[in-house]
Amino acid sequence: MKNIITVKDLCLWYGKHQALHHIHMDIPKNSITALIGPSGCGKSTFLKTLNRMNDLVNDVKITGEICYDNQDIFSSSIDVNMLRKEVGMVFQKPNPFPMSIYDNVAYGPRTHGIKNKVKLDEIVEKSLKDAAIWDEVKDRLHKSAMSLSGGQQQRLCIARALAVEPKVLLMDEPTSALDPISTSKIEELVSVLKDKYTIIIVTHNMQQAARISDQTAFFLLGELVEFNTTDCLFSQPSDKRTEDYITGRFG
Amino acid sequence: MNQKIANKRLIYVYIVRALMIISTLFTCSLVVFLIGYVLMKGLPNITWELLSTEPSYITGKIGILPDILNTLYIIIAALCLVLPIGVGAAIYLSEYAKNKKIVAMIEYAAETLSGIPSIIFGLVGMLFFCQFLDMKTSLLAGALTLVIMNLPTIMRTTQESLKTVPQSYREGAFGLGAGKWRMIRTVVLPSCIDGILTGCILCIGRIIGESAALLFTAGSAHVIHGFLSGLMNSGSTLTVALYFYAKENGEFEIAFAIAAILMILAFVINIGVTWIQHYYKKRRAL
Repeated sequence: MKNIITVKDLCLWYGKHQALHHIHMDIPKNSITALIGPSGCGKSTFLKTLNRMNDLVNDVKITGEICYDNQDIFSSSIDVNMLRKEVGMVFQKPNPFPMSIYDNVAYGPRTHGIKNKVKLDEIVEKSLKDAAIWDEVKDRLHKSAMSLSGGQQQRLCIARALAVEPKVLLMDEPTSALDPISTSKIEELVSVLKDKYTIIIVTHNMQQAARISDQTAFFLLGELVEFNTTDCLFSQPSDKRTEDYITGRFG
Repeated sequence: MNQKIANKRLIYVYIVRALMIISTLFTCSLVVFLIGYVLMKGLPNITWELLSTEPSYITGKIGILPDILNTLYIIIAALCLVLPIGVGAAIYLSEYAKNKKIVAMIEYAAETLSGIPSIIFGLVGMLFFCQFLDMKTSLLAGALTLVIMNLPTIMRTTQESLKTVPQSYREGAFGLGAGKWRMIRTVVLPSCIDGILTGCILCIGRIIGESAALLFTAGSAHVIHGFLSGLMNSGSTLTVALYFYAKENGEFEIAFAIAAILMILAFVINIGVTWIQHYYKKRRAL
């Protein structure tokens, strides 16, 4: 399988605190990669580095290399906005804009220059369908997105991310703020989306990682302790710390 | 056993309550008396003729149309300048500026500036705009003085409302590949438009109510002009006219009529602020 993202010797500092230590990771295309580990282990930081959302934080220093599609994402020739179009993101808390459902989904395409109404309608419908929320909102596309429930808002945010046709979708604990039913809907959705997108998902929930992912990375104190196929990692972890964590001895 | 203490407490509570009621009554009656007095003295003197003519020394008539127009002109001119500059400065300081220490210093300076008596702005405006820039006493000089005076207010209110926009909106827009300016224009500014509008209306209120700074800079003529020629010429706003009619001419009926008009304007402005805040709150929750 072809790798869409390769990470080589990635280190990251917030001020003087080193948050990531020499991470190496190859992420295959059209797969689901789960990042697990206790709070503060650097998994979210790592995720945010992949589309350079960490640029927004003051005083961040990064060394090492991340290649997306064989291009170094830190090189000066990379347009960070184009990178974020290719590598989309869904956040921990649903964060729809205070606009209509339609405008939320159309925001990305409009940002990237699509003005044609017919084309936008198509994209909005397709994205909402892909995010499995079309049937619930098709009659109120022009109502405020704030009127949706939390689970619906999160699926809307996924639709919004899909609307710019990314290749990779980064998900930062997308279900941690949701109830079990919404969570299972989103898990189901993620499994379907795998055919078209490469998905990297941070999760606190080990069952979730085991259920949906193809490979799993276990982070601890800013280090990548173990990275393997999900089956292997959960059934025969090679590192003692991984075993302790997945058997619930700490974390 | 502690009956004594309990009684003491009871008396204490009653005294405090009585004091509070007295101060409330005092405040309320003062406000009601003031409003009532001004309206009673002023309203009967507001006639269509007063509102629609200019004063003439030959016929001895008094009309305040020029003053109304001047007030309007000065509001428009001042807002046209203060709004883009103030909002722009606020956006830069809140969204772009990296050096937080300097930003904090500027904010502190702006806060101080908004507490300075307006007559000082008038003095500076007179020396700088009227004399140094040779604008003479004109509405334009007055408007520019008001711009400086209101800039901190607009800037601070805009900054405060920018702060209320959740960081997650910004992240969401960035995550979709929006550039910084697009993010600000399409997500941040629309969500704080009510704050900016409120600042605007408060500014209009201050402009309408300003007299000290304008006495120095805008002059006291009561002649009808068009917008542009009005800006170039001396002209008094309603509050300045009130001062002159009462103090120089002893025309107290006119002064009270103007006072009543100003009071009604203040009332309208307050309603405007409330309505805008209510409207946007409702729209967001939809």
